[in-house]
Order: sequence, then C-alpha cells, then structure tokens
Amino acid sequence: MTPPPLLEVEDLRVEYLTATGRVRVVDDVSFTVRRGEIVGLAGESGSGKTTIALAILRLLKAPAAITGGRVLFEGRDLLGLGEAELRRVRGRKISLVTQSAMSALNPVITIGEQLVDAIEEHEGVSRRRGLERARRLLELVGLDGARVASYPHELSGGMRQRVVIAMALALEPPLIVMDEPTTALDVVVQRELLGEIARLRDQRGFSILFITHDLSLMLELCTRIGVLYAGRLAEAAPARQLAAAPRHPYTRGLLGCFPELHGAATRLVGIGGTPPDPRHPPPGCRFHPRCGHSLPACHVSAPPRTVVGPDHEVACHLLP
Amino acid sequence: MRYLIRRLAFYLVAAWASVTLAFVIPRLMPGDPEATMFARFHGKLDPEAMAALRRTFGFSDAPLAQQYVCYLGHVVRGDLGVSVSYFPARVGDVIATGMVWTLFLAGLAVALSYALGTLLGIAAAWRRGGWLDAVGPPLFVLLGAFPFFWLAMLLLFLFGFTLGWSPVRHAYDSGVTPALSAQFLWSVATHAVLPAATIVVATVGGWMLDMRNTMMTVLGEDYVTLAHAKGLSPRRVMFRYAARNALLPSITSFGMALGFVLSGSLLTEIVFSYPGQGYLLIQAVRSLDYPLIQGLFLTITLAVLGANFLVDILYVWLDPRARTRSAS
Repeated sequence: MTPPPLLEVEDLRVEYLTATGRVRVVDDVSFTVRRGEIVGLAGESGSGKTTIALAILRLLKAPAAITGGRVLFEGRDLLGLGEAELRRVRGRKISLVTQSAMSALNPVITIGEQLVDAIEEHEGVSRRRGLERARRLLELVGLDGARVASYPHELSGGMRQRVVIAMALALEPPLIVMDEPTTALDVVVQRELLGEIARLRDQRGFSILFITHDLSLMLELCTRIGVLYAGRLAEAAPARQLAAAPRHPYTRGLLGCFPELHGAATRLVGIGGTPPDPRHPPPGCRFHPRCGHSLPACHVSAPPRTVVGPDHEVACHLLP
Repeated sequence: MRYLIRRLAFYLVAAWASVTLAFVIPRLMPGDPEATMFARFHGKLDPEAMAALRRTFGFSDAPLAQQYVCYLGHVVRGDLGVSVSYFPARVGDVIATGMVWTLFLAGLAVALSYALGTLLGIAAAWRRGGWLDAVGPPLFVLLGAFPFFWLAMLLLFLFGFTLGWSPVRHAYDSGVTPALSAQFLWSVATHAVLPAATIVVATVGGWMLDMRNTMMTVLGEDYVTLAHAKGLSPRRVMFRYAARNALLPSITSFGMALGFVLSGSLLTEIVFSYPGQGYLLIQAVRSLDYPLIQGLFLTITLAVLGANFLVDILYVWLDPRARTRSAS
C-alpha cells in the first residue's frame, strides 16, 4: 500500500519571458512526493533542478514564470494561491534549504533572530519563547544551543548549513525542498550532514525533495529518483531500480561516471558533448546529439513517457 | 574596540596633516595681509600702531619653523587668532556663528536627502520596473545634472522673487531678534526651506540610485530568497533582510557627505546670502582674512574627519563582521 501523495507536480512548465522570445527551461515535468519519502531530482547544471525547486514555492523571479501545469500540495494547487495564502504555506507546509551555506544566512543579524523570525511570523509567539525554541532547534541539528547569539560569519560552512536545516525544520513542515544542501561542503562534512538529514527524517517523518547533481549521493539517500535532462524528465524510478537497471542512455551515461570504490578498476565512461543551449534546443529528443544510440525518430519527435515497471517511467524512443 | 582605536590613531595623524596644510597653504598664496590691512586705513597708520596691529594678529617675520610651533600650540588650545575682516572678533567666534547656521541648514538637508533617497531607492528596487523605478532615476539624474548654484537661483527666482512665497535672503528676518520665540523659529524655518530644498533636490537622486543598485544586488542573494521561503511578510524581508544589508555601503558615502556639509553648501549659501561657513569663506578670501581662512579650512577638514570617525563607529555597530575584524 503506497502512502498518499503529498506533493504532485503535473506537467510543470517554466519559461523565461525575454524580449527575444520565450525560453523553456522546465518542460512538462511531472513527479510526486509521498508522505515520508525522499525523492531525488538529479541533473547537470542548467537542467532545471533549482528552477523546479523555486517554482514549487512560487519563488521564481522575473523573467522566469510558470506558464503551465499544476503543483498540488495536499490536494491544493499552489499555483492558484494569493500572496497571503502562499506565505502561510512557505515555511510551515513546505520549507527550503538552499544551495550555498555561505550566502543562505543574513550576515547582519544573529542566527537566533533568523530562526525566531519564522516562528514569530507564523505562530505569533514572543521573541523570548521563540529564542528558546531556536535553541532547541540548533541542538536538534547537532549545534550548541548557545549559538543563537552567533552571527553567520562566526560559523563554519558545515555549521551554517546545519543552521539552514534547523531553519527549515523550525515549523515542522511536512515537506522540505533541499536544493544541493551539501554541495558547498567538503566530503567529510557532507557525509556527516547527510547522516543527520536521514536521522531527522526517520525521527520526524517529513518528506524531502532532494535536488543535486550528485547521483551517487542520491542513490544512497532517496527512495525514488527523477533524472532531468535539459528541462525534461528523462527517467524516473525507485532508487534501487535506477541503479540496477537504468533504461535511458543518459541515466546509463551518468551512472557510468562514478568510480567504483570496491572491485576491479574500470575505465570511466563520460558523456560526450555539452548540454544544449535552452534558447536553441535540438528538435526531437533533447539528448539525441549526445546519444550513442539515436534513431531517426529521435531527431524528429520528443519521446513519450513509457511506463516500464512500478514507479518506473522512461522517455526514450529506444523503448518499445 | 581595537579596530576603533586604530581608526582613531589614523584620524589623529590625518588631523595633524590637515592642520599643517592649513598652515602652509595660506603662506603660499599671493597677496600680503599687511598691505591689505594698511590699505584699510588708507595708508594713514603710523609705524607704532602698525607694529601693535602686527602683534595683535600674530604676523611675524620669524623663521617658519618657529611660526609653525607657535601655530600648533595655538591650534591645540583652540585659539585661532583674530579675524581681520571682522576685527576685533576672534576667529573662533566668527566661525562658531557660521557653523551653527551651516550645521542647521546643510546638516538637515543632507540627512533629509539621504533618508528620502534611500527610501526611494529601496522602494524602486523592490518594485523593479514599476512606475517609481521607471520615473525616479531619470528624473533625479536630470535634476542632479543641473549645477547647484543654477538650481538655487532658479528656485530663488521662481519662489522667492516671482511668486513671493519665500524670503530671498539671509537666515531670518532682520526685524526679528534671535530668541527662542515662535516668531523667530518660524522665520528661521521659512528662510531655510528654499536653500534646503536646493540641496535635497540636487542630491537625492544620487542616494536613490546608489541604494537602488545595491538593493538589486542584495535582492539576488540566497538569504533573501530564503527569507521569502520562510513565509516572512514582504515588509520584513524588504527591511530586515534586504535593506539592512544594502545600507552598509551607503553609510560610508553618507559619512563623506556629512563631512562635506560644512563646505559643500558653499554655493547654496552664497546664492541665498545664508550666513554659514561657505558664505564666511568667500568673505574671508575676498578680504584676504588669513586667520579666518585658516580657521575655516581647519574646521572643515576636522569636520570631515570627525564625521568619518562617527561613521566608522556606526558601521561597527551595524555590521557584526566589522566587529570581529576589530577583535582579530
């Protein structure tokens, strides 16, 4: 019995409305996040990962705009909400952890105040009570509670990212969108933090939409994974399935990029070429110029989504 | 704290340098104060009286080094000598009266301009591409491009002369005695409106553009996105997260502007015959009043240094990163 969906993104389309025309950066992407799940979105830079994260919270700035699709959260379409309703969703229902630990915190006010701001805004508690909660939140993510009085520049990168995670947890939202939460950190701290995130998730039972370019990281952490290429979903599958039997040539290419820690030395196979310019995407399947198996059909039409197994979808002409 | 002490040491050295320059520059200027003074008495001055005057003003043919030491001593004691053109008033007293008016007029106008420009800049950046953002910058750049004195004369002609809404000269009506009366204060206020407006109109655009541009940069920062993602109200994001950070660079420029208040309003004061520092300076130069010139230069430079030191303190208070830098 699968748990009910918490977040359903349906045919989401995001375009940059520029003077010279529309540039589509997210093209009819659909996926769901169920309660308690960690769903990963993988892709190279420019594949539209961050844009999707911001689109879900309706934080896109002009000239980027959502031009199609639905974002259902607990059955309600977030794209139809007014500013005031949106503010009640942000932070309390869905929170965000951004990419760079260095610039994610306001440098001129203490981290305690930044934590209290969110609590005060949503729950109207006094600053003193809020500060007490901020202290407990910091302890929850493995920091000293006395750190509420610290300024961001007094913390290391790893500590700052813990603060950002504490901030995302502050109102116990059912869903946290994490956009490259560990990318700016060194590998050891990255490990620690991932362990921390997994522990908190087990403890609190929230869902995570985990966005990164690091597929190996994702395979460890996520229940299901979507692979993005040039704004389209190439393949979506349960993590184990994706690792064991990837069907899309792009996914296979990505998985071929990791060195094996144990086992025989193998030659790493990269993916030739570079991602397409979103202003001039190739016709047909966007991956075909870099694909070693492209068919005549790939040059002409975009491949349809094909269901190849439970929760496993692939958009590729190679599939029957 | 160590940081502030270091800054203080720097300012003391700078103050010494400016005091020395104020000593050197008048001595390099063409013209002879003695001859000027002699001419004031139409040459009818016997040598004894002349010698007495020389002593009064401290003119001497002593070696420069000796003069310099004597001069430093006087400066430290705050004794700036006797004014030639306002004889027998002391330079210190003459400057003090001018300073009061300048601080009132220009200080108020600069602070007002900064506050107004900054708020406009915040609003323009927040609603990027909105009507304020579209109309504000070009309008204020246009106004700012007019020379100060020209703008002053235009306002004076329009509101003072043609429409007669405003007095045209001086700081208060000559019929009113300076006292803490409503009548006097009203007179002072009406006299200050036009000159202050000149300064505000000419400078507000610069502040607005500065603030708007820094705000734009700050609005692109992750912590602003994250503040929105926390569901904070737009007002809180705008002021506490964006403007609070965007303000930091402009505080430094504000310090500079505040320092130049004592000299910068010169043209405005002349056009409106406002009895401030700038007006005094022109009078002093015209009549080759060396002690007064020296005293004015000195107060102006010291004011610039003082204002900058105040800004340093303010900056440390506003930016926690500067506090840590000071500790290390």
